[in-house]
Amino acid sequence: MRAVITVIGKDAVGIIAEVSDVLRKHNVNILDISQSVFTDLFAMVMLVDISKCTVGLAQLSDTLNERGKTMGLTIHTMHEDIFNSMHRI
Amino acid sequence: MLNTFDILETIKMISEEHLDIRTITLGISLIDCASEDMKRCASKIYDKITKRAERLVAVGEAIEKEYGIPIINKRISVTPISLVAASAAGDMAEIARTMDKAAEATGVNFIGGYTALVHKGMTEADKRLIASLPEALSTTERVCSSVNVATTKSGINMDAVREMGEIIKRTAEATKDRDSFGCAKLVVFANAPEDNPFMAGAFHGVGEAECAVNVGVSGPGVVRAAIRRSGNCNLTELADVIKKTAFKITRMGQLVAKEASARLGASFGIVDLSLAPTPAVGDSVAKILEEMGLEVAGCHGTTACLAMLNDAVKKGGIMASSHVGGLSGAFIPVSEDAGMVEAVQKGVLNIDKLEAMTAVCSVGLDMIAIPGDTSAEIISAIIADEISIGVVNNKTTAVRVIPVYGKKAGESIVFGGLWGEAPIMPVHPESPAAFIHRGGRIPSPVHSQRN
Repeated sequence: MRAVITVIGKDAVGIIAEVSDVLRKHNVNILDISQSVFTDLFAMVMLVDISKCTVGLAQLSDTLNERGKTMGLTIHTMHEDIFNSMHRI
Repeated sequence: MLNTFDILETIKMISEEHLDIRTITLGISLIDCASEDMKRCASKIYDKITKRAERLVAVGEAIEKEYGIPIINKRISVTPISLVAASAAGDMAEIARTMDKAAEATGVNFIGGYTALVHKGMTEADKRLIASLPEALSTTERVCSSVNVATTKSGINMDAVREMGEIIKRTAEATKDRDSFGCAKLVVFANAPEDNPFMAGAFHGVGEAECAVNVGVSGPGVVRAAIRRSGNCNLTELADVIKKTAFKITRMGQLVAKEASARLGASFGIVDLSLAPTPAVGDSVAKILEEMGLEVAGCHGTTACLAMLNDAVKKGGIMASSHVGGLSGAFIPVSEDAGMVEAVQKGVLNIDKLEAMTAVCSVGLDMIAIPGDTSAEIISAIIADEISIGVVNNKTTAVRVIPVYGKKAGESIVFGGLWGEAPIMPVHPESPAAFIHRGGRIPSPVHSQRN
């Protein structure tokens, strides 16, 4: 099972480290990362494997969200299927 | 990997353009709850609803979290109560109060199905249910009711239409302390769909499975934003923009319906492709029409814009879902759509234009507040007009008007939440009473004879 994590916010040192720290603690494997910075807006999209995640997707989403808030970031964690169904025929 | 643009587009739709699943409605058959004793019938109904819908809210919330899609309402629809409680002697409103308790226990915000299907005639049970409506709707919070008074196949039961005018008046009076709110929970239908997930008209038809999940999607804000982004294109191109947007919205609904039905152990019913507005800024069907090029919704050109919008939404949505049903079309409830309210306040949109608009969209004269002194016959005549549009055009139409007790045209009422606020709209005061009191049935139109 795979999920998509999007991180949007003001660029700062250590954003990827913070997010991957949460993922490592919950045994979530990062499959792909795409990241860009427009002026000082940071936007990152991660595809992760959650099949061996130690917590449920809902809880992972909450944890990431809370960690994001402390850094002024908006983090969405959503099941991959939502994007596949909306954007693929 | 997934395209970053697609991912960010979905997130923008949800966070900025009000994309959501409007409702997951669990349809439950109550056919096996019949009993000769009203109390016994009520207790069987309570047990069945609370057992079948026990996990509905939890499942809805889990899906919401995992997929990151807001699911605004979790609701229940049941078999028309006039059938379920037909053999039970006693006060039918007792069942409405039981449904209310069951809804509260399961945590849903509305339960639909306090319903009678009387398009050709009334049984004794139908009569009892209809007579109980003012009491049922004034003594419950979450119960929604509908009465089907016509179908294209059977014509219009004008005796029922006459009676519903009186019932609406009495319901308005019974809930006068809440600006006649009881009437907001009562819909009069032509060609009522048996799998509609939206309130107040939802019920679980007799041809339905034991338990079925019906999902209503929404997204006027997303359609409006897509139209805005498309700039100054022609209408052929605009229709394509709407279709593509509707496709994406519906695919989301399809995914949620599939997932919810699997988790609840219920049949996948349908996805209802409706554009359902909310009072939130930007989540308005009227604003879509204005984005298409009208100065104010309700001006000349409104019906044409709405017809194209409605058609394009269906074309995009039908390919995206394996089963489409319910009401499926753009809704134009006045109080629930801030843009419609604005258009009424500007004096551009009136009840006559709204009636014309319902010929090309779903679902009817919806959430319209009218003066409290409007006669029962005039309300019946409003119903008769609207229902005729449905019967002749082979589509669903409905009337949900609120004759606000003690208030006049020009005043305003606030229901709050998704119900919004409604300016009280004037109606034509001339009397149709002699027509309404003729009674009988308006025969089915010639094109209903298709066999």
